[in-house]
Amino acid sequence: MHREDAIGAAVDHPSTATLHEPELKHHFDDMAQQREAATLGMWLFLATEVLFFGGLFAAYMLYRVWYPGTFADASRSLDITLGTINTAVLITSSLTMALAVRAAATGERRATMTGIVLTMALGVVFLGIKGVEYYEKFAEHHVPGPGFHFEGQAPERAQLFFSLYFAMTGLHALHMIIGLGIMAVMLYMAWRGAFSRRWHTPVEISGLYWHFVDIVWIFLFPLLYLVDRHK
Amino acid sequence: MDTDTLALPRTHYLNAEYGITSWLLTTDHKRIGLLFLAAITFFFVIGGIFAGLIRLELLTPAGDLVGDDTYNKLFTMHGIVMIFLFLIPSIPAVLGNFLVPIMVGARDLAFPRLNLMSWYIFMIGAVVTTGAIVLGGVDTGWTFYTPFSTHASQSNVLMAGVGIFIIGFSSILTGLNFIVTIHTMRAPGMTWFRMPLFLWSIYATSLINVLGTPVLAITLVAVVLERAMHLGIFDPAYGGDPVLFQHLFWFYSHPAVYIMILPSMGVVSELIAAFSRKNIFGYTFVAFSSLAIAIFGFLVWGHHMFVAGMSVYGAMIFSVLSFLVAVPSAIKVFNWTATLYKGSISFQTPMLYALGFIGLFTIGGLTGLFLATLGVDVHVTDTYFVVAHFHYIMVGGAIMGYMGGMHYWWPKITGRMYPDLWGKISAVTIFLGFNLTFFPQFVLGYMGMPRRYHAYPDEFQALNVLSTAGASILGVGYLIPACYLLWSLKYGAVAGRNPWGAIGLEWTTTSPPPTFNFDSTPVVTTPAYAYDVIKPREPERA
Amino acid sequence: MSQHVIVPRTTYVAIYAVLMVLTGLTTAVAFLDLGFANPVVALSIAVVKASIVVLFFMHMRWSSRLTMVVAGSAIFWLGIMLVLTMSDYTTRGWAWF
Repeated sequence: MHREDAIGAAVDHPSTATLHEPELKHHFDDMAQQREAATLGMWLFLATEVLFFGGLFAAYMLYRVWYPGTFADASRSLDITLGTINTAVLITSSLTMALAVRAAATGERRATMTGIVLTMALGVVFLGIKGVEYYEKFAEHHVPGPGFHFEGQAPERAQLFFSLYFAMTGLHALHMIIGLGIMAVMLYMAWRGAFSRRWHTPVEISGLYWHFVDIVWIFLFPLLYLVDRHK
Repeated sequence: MDTDTLALPRTHYLNAEYGITSWLLTTDHKRIGLLFLAAITFFFVIGGIFAGLIRLELLTPAGDLVGDDTYNKLFTMHGIVMIFLFLIPSIPAVLGNFLVPIMVGARDLAFPRLNLMSWYIFMIGAVVTTGAIVLGGVDTGWTFYTPFSTHASQSNVLMAGVGIFIIGFSSILTGLNFIVTIHTMRAPGMTWFRMPLFLWSIYATSLINVLGTPVLAITLVAVVLERAMHLGIFDPAYGGDPVLFQHLFWFYSHPAVYIMILPSMGVVSELIAAFSRKNIFGYTFVAFSSLAIAIFGFLVWGHHMFVAGMSVYGAMIFSVLSFLVAVPSAIKVFNWTATLYKGSISFQTPMLYALGFIGLFTIGGLTGLFLATLGVDVHVTDTYFVVAHFHYIMVGGAIMGYMGGMHYWWPKITGRMYPDLWGKISAVTIFLGFNLTFFPQFVLGYMGMPRRYHAYPDEFQALNVLSTAGASILGVGYLIPACYLLWSLKYGAVAGRNPWGAIGLEWTTTSPPPTFNFDSTPVVTTPAYAYDVIKPREPERA
Repeated sequence: MSQHVIVPRTTYVAIYAVLMVLTGLTTAVAFLDLGFANPVVALSIAVVKASIVVLFFMHMRWSSRLTMVVAGSAIFWLGIMLVLTMSDYTTRGWAWF
């Protein structure tokens, strides 16, 4: 191609080359660029999730500062044992996820699948325990709404705590469920032998998402469960 | 004279594939840009109809055309449609989608399928929001203030909230796509500081989209939950604070106005450079000013809440920060003006829009400073002064930039030129109609006419009549381009690669471009507007 | 651009052990009366845990500066939202001088 008004010389079109990796999408020049783009994209998405959850953290922060006593009373009514166990469950799932990603990067199909299955199992355990906790709250009439009842000085402010509790943990649980869906897809792809030393980007970036969901819980746990426990 | 410049290329992105599925399942960023163009143009008309009804009601002091509840719905839906269904997507989703890959020298965006999904998400959210409108409307104002929106309003707040929530994801995904593309897919030799300034402004806009929109999303979730389940987060009866809603809402919605103006500023940089045939004066300053606006824009949201009951000290902090955010915008205006000096200026249609932008945005921006001044704001807040201010920015600024961009890149997108005389006529009509509509509103606001009222004291009528007259002229002004642009698709002169004789990667490929944008990957060796180094051919006249 | 780093399994397990210890610590410390320091300690431990997950499980330690900027910006922006919002609420009661 030759034009006087061109602002640069022409270079051969890499995607017209007949041989390239099957996983390379046509608009990328090479696998490294594709991987860099995917990773950056996932980190940007996680940044949006930080701000998404952040709005609820802002509300929580304000009302904890305004109503420390009521928030403490309400927090103490949460089951700290189950909360701690759930934190441990999620951290363990992050370990299994990291090991699954590592296995994909070294081309170990079996180990990848095992890691993903364990991660999913732990995720299900987490949701199960959450379900038990929600049921407990329901039985104690701590679910916001017409049936709400709380023993304490300012029951309506306690409802504020529980509104935030259900909104924040509910949103988190929703992200867990979506995570389980993503993991199911990863499991299928691993089973089909899609991942290799050369290409395992989907399981890598799915791992990033899973770890993020873990990190949200790492902050939810002390904020919701550990207010003035010593009293 | 090359014969290939006066004939359409044989295959290009528009005729590469035929059929409705080739459009609805496309991953070509150029086609997706056109899908967005169709959608937002439709919603611009809807929003314009609401505006027309508002201005019709305000012809007379008495509230006689529509009832007060209906009027509340009219201005609410005008705001929601114009902001979320037109302005926020406009330049990024249409021109950005079309141009970003071409300007970086790539074959497509980083995530083409995500791009298509972004359009579908937009359409689904738009359908839900339209549903809220059709099923009786929303009357809270586009700002959804609590506790009215969560408790007292009898209108379709829930549906509108869900619809806008969904649309938000479209913005987030588009922004994400642009950021990754600009970081990872620039052609060889395309360093950051050789990028056209349009890309800098799209990048800055995308930062806001990615960091701000999620907060709107969670705020709408909170409103929807509060309304549906009475949670109490914003309800004083439960110890909640309605002003907290305003903090969370404006944390996004102030940067949102920069989402709406930054892309237009990027377009203006392109137009000023092309039609003065000069490098933009202070390119680096203009580039960094886009980033500065994006970043500082997140620090000023409290200026929407000066009279809402916030702390005076908080108000002072936000006031000072609001003054600071004007500085980068001013830098752009100064640099554009300096670019014009001793430039080889031609007054074609896109340039008329660019010049109109500079004047009107300056007025809008200055009046923003008046509003940032606490003492003044106490008097003019919630009056027509505010309405005039933001319409000068949104319409006199953002939409003018959009129109200028559409007229500049129309030949690239379609391969056809429109008749420039009609372009100029409509640009002037729009400029005159706009000023007649909105300048009287500054005076009305200063005189004390409140906004969002469907009836007003008699002494305000004369200015209101002027404003409505201006609105009809403005409406005609927007109608004319619709006609000649459509006409040009069949009967317009063939454009050739570079009808403006401008410098930019987009002008090196055919009009319309091939599906993968370039015949071979470009290599960039010169700065963005190197008019002193490269002498493009003079534009052809067919 | 994140590099193709293969982290040893033992490293992951060691990080996991640290995280579990810190979790136990958080819960245990919650039962001690440290006054205003309770939430400070709890959140500090949470920050340390989150940082470890980000650095090692999410490979930030071996990632490009751009990745760090993205993650840092997210935290910083959250900080803007929290700090400026609270700047209103904490100064509301202040007397006018």
